[in-house]
Order: sequence, then C-alpha cells, then structure tokens
Amino acid sequence: MANYFSNFFHALKSLLIGMKTTLKIFFRKKTTERYPEKRGRLHVSERYRGRLEMIHTPDNHHFCVACGICQMNCPNGTLNVESRMETDAQGRKTRVLTAYRYDLGRCLFCELCVRSCPHHAIRFTNAYENAVFTRAKLLLTLNRPGSSLKPKEESPAAPATPDAPSGDAPRTAEAGKTAASPGANPTER
Amino acid sequence: MFDFSVATAWIDQGLRNVMSPAWAITVECVLIGVALLAVYAIMALILILAERKVCAAFQCRLGPNRVGPWGSIQTVADMIKILTKEIISIRHVDNFLYNLAPFIVILGSLLAFACIPFAKGLQALDFNVGIFFMIAASSMGIVGILLAGWSSNNKFSLIGAMRSGAQMISYELSIGLSILTMVVLSGTMQISEIVERQDQLWFLFKGHVPALVAFVIYLIAGTAETNRGPFDLPEAESELTAGYHTEYSGMHFGFYYVAEFVNMFIVASIATTLFLGGWMPLHIPGLDEFNRVMDLIPSVIWFFGKSALMVFVIMWFKWTFPRLRIDQLLTLEWKYLLPLNLLNLLVMVVIVVTGWHF
Repeated sequence: MANYFSNFFHALKSLLIGMKTTLKIFFRKKTTERYPEKRGRLHVSERYRGRLEMIHTPDNHHFCVACGICQMNCPNGTLNVESRMETDAQGRKTRVLTAYRYDLGRCLFCELCVRSCPHHAIRFTNAYENAVFTRAKLLLTLNRPGSSLKPKEESPAAPATPDAPSGDAPRTAEAGKTAASPGANPTER
Repeated sequence: MFDFSVATAWIDQGLRNVMSPAWAITVECVLIGVALLAVYAIMALILILAERKVCAAFQCRLGPNRVGPWGSIQTVADMIKILTKEIISIRHVDNFLYNLAPFIVILGSLLAFACIPFAKGLQALDFNVGIFFMIAASSMGIVGILLAGWSSNNKFSLIGAMRSGAQMISYELSIGLSILTMVVLSGTMQISEIVERQDQLWFLFKGHVPALVAFVIYLIAGTAETNRGPFDLPEAESELTAGYHTEYSGMHFGFYYVAEFVNMFIVASIATTLFLGGWMPLHIPGLDEFNRVMDLIPSVIWFFGKSALMVFVIMWFKWTFPRLRIDQLLTLEWKYLLPLNLLNLLVMVVIVVTGWHF
C-alpha cells in the first residue's frame, strides 16, 4: 500500500520534471539555419567538408610539390595532378605542378587526400554552396593561375597562409619533415 | 460585454419576416450547419499548423516557414493537396462499413463541437442536459474507429482499433467522473448555465483541492480520449504503421486526421468551460475595478485564449512523455485514476453539502 502511494507521487514528480525540461527547451534559441534569407550569416561548422582547396600564400605561392600521393590515395579518382620536369639553376631536376585538377562531382569528401599530403598543401573549406547546373562546372583547377611552389629559403617564422593560425611552421619540404607541432604529417611515409 | 444572442435574434427576426416560421427554422439549421462545418475545418487547419509549430519549438526547430509568412498558409496548401488525392479502393474490405467509418468519427466530433460555448450567446446546442449530451456524442467516435479497424481487413488496423476501444472505454470513465465532480459543484448540466455560474470565480479556484484534482484527471483522460501522445497506442507508428487508419487514403484519411485535431480542441474547450470559466472574464471577488477592466476584453478572446492555453498544455504532454504500453495504460486508469476520481467526487460532494467552497 505504501508502495502504491510512493509510486504515485514519485511518478507525478518525475512527470513534472520532464515537463519543466521540455518547457526550457521550448524557449531555447532555435537551431534551424534559414538558408536563402540569412545567406552569408549562417553558422557552418569549421570541420564541415564543403570542397577541396589549395592553400595559397598572399604572394601567390602554394606548397604542392606534385608528388601525386593525394592522387594515389583518392578512392574515387577525383584528383589528377599534372606536372612537368624542370631543371633549376643548380642543374637539379625537379617536378613542377602545372595543373591540379579536382572533380567535385566525384569527390567522396573522405579527406584522405588532405590527411596524406606530406606538405599540407590542400585542405577542405566549409563553403557549402556547391550546386551548379552543368557537370562541366564541377571540374575545378585548384592551383591559381601563375602560382608557383613556395621557395625553400623563406623565413621559417613567416605564417604559412593568411588563413592558417599564426605560429604554424611553414610547410616547405624540410620544415614539414622536422616540424615538431602535433599532428604534422601523420601519414608521411 | 457584447451578447451574441442579439445578433442571432436579429437574423432570426429577419428570416421570420420574409418567410414562414417552418422555413425560417430550416434555413437557420442549414446556416448553422454550414457555419459549424466551416469553423470546424478552419479550426483543424489552425490546430495542425499550431501542432507543427509547437512540435518544432520543442525540438529546437522552426517548423514550416516556406509557404506564406512564417509558414502560416502551409496547412491550407496541405488541405488542397489532400483534397486532390485519390481515394484508393482496397480489395477484400467491407465496402459499406469501410466508407462509413470516417463519417461516424467526423459526426461524433462535430456534434460535440456544436455544444461548445464560443462566446456569450454564441452556442449552437444548448439544453438542460448539455454536458451529458456532449459526453454521449463525443464517445460515438469510438464506433467509427472500431469499424475502421474491423472493415479494413488488416491486422494492424484491427489491433489499433482494439487498443483504441479498450483505451477510450476506460478513459471515458475518468472523463465522466471528473465532469461529474464539476457538475456537483455547479449544480447544473446546462453548458451556458455552467459558464454563467462562474461569473464570481472560476470553478478551478472555487472548488479548490477537489477541483484541481478533477482538472488534472480531466486533462490526462482527455489526452487519452483524443488518442494523442503519450496515449497514442492506437496509431503507434513504430508498431502498427498507422493503426486503425492504415488502409485509408485521400480525404478519408484526412477526416481522421482532422477529427483527431478538433477532438483535441474540444477536450481543451470543455476543460476551459468547466474549470476556467469558459468565455467568462477573470473576476476576483472584491476587486470591482479589476473586474470592470477584465469585462472590456471580448468574450470570444477570453474563450479562445484559454482554449489555446489548454491546447498548448496537451501538446506539451505529447512532446514530453514517452508512449505508454497497453498494460501501463490500463493500470494507470483502473488502479490510479479511477479510485482517485471516486474519492475526489466524494470529497467534492462533502464540500458542496457543507458549503466549504468559496
């Protein structure tokens, strides 16, 4: 009998606690993002993988040495790194990037390319407006016209990109191998 | 305060001047029927939109916001869509009963709807056993639901209908007894008279503890009666696809949908009428100035404001509590609500006989 009454009041109490909780949520700020109305002011998570982008410095340098590891790692054949061999002033033969082709329509957004890149030359941005009317518009070239590989003798303290957090070591070939910052080149072979 | 019976008497007089009394009554009946159906449909549209908006707010969403400003004509668009949909004829169903069932559901809820006093003098059905008639009419819907489950020739429908039958017959007791508690307090069954007797103080405050207990029981039983969550076992989506209306399509399904929402409004408005004074403004004895200010607000606004609050509470139940199991549902009614209700009725009778209420 005592159990009957204690059950009753316990249930009543827990129901009221539940109603209090839902009422609090009722007046909470709504999380819906109104896309066309609030365009440009939406909250998109930093880690959202919208599309691939090649990191460029303000003076139009990139970090890609055209090694092709990203292309090999891509499960869908999305990437195509076009390069040519060049002989520099010291007579050494080096591979130089001519075009970094990216087919957005085939991309799986798995981020294997970004994770495998030994020089951190590419990254995903959270730009989400990827819809276009023709497939041809999905074929992108990621390196900017006239851009070139960042020379090695740059000051190591200089910020790598305008967007990257300051204090990040420049990702040249040597700096990348010796970088002490956590998470640098996790998949380097 | 504006009395709507002036307007209805003026229409009546105008009709009697141009035609014979028999014809005048016929025309009035048709007018009232059309007006009731129109209000019924509009009410359903508003309630469905409100439900979607409230549900969204409880889930931190915005709800419909594309059609019209803030999605305000979303349900009108939905109504047009459902009106154009095909009513699929199912093989091996009992055709007559299958097609009759939605109309019985609608009829039961429309008859109960007609009893609601919307404002001072604005009530279609009002006679000396009004509340009794209302209980009887609103329980007619169960016949429609049982017929739908039986005639659909579908085991999900039949299980849903049987659950619905067990649930509605059980909770009818609670509804009846809690209404009876308030009838004891008011001393009349005529709905307009019940509202008139709350001009000093609403019954919820006048009958203090037993009235409050009856109010809570009424809300629980009323939610169960309308087959809404947490008592929505008859149409438990995850178990029975859609319960008794699994096989229905087009506007026949629409009838069940509309009836469910308007039943929720009927339950809310009866709660308003019995406990919160119906269209009667908030009057506090002794504060004449305050009472006069409250009288300036039209009675329609009082009624719909209070009903909207009750509808919100019922929706709040639905989006808070998880669904009950069928044995828990019947335990709640027969082991908890019914004894409490009987005791409560007894206490109320003692209070009224000894004059302890305010």
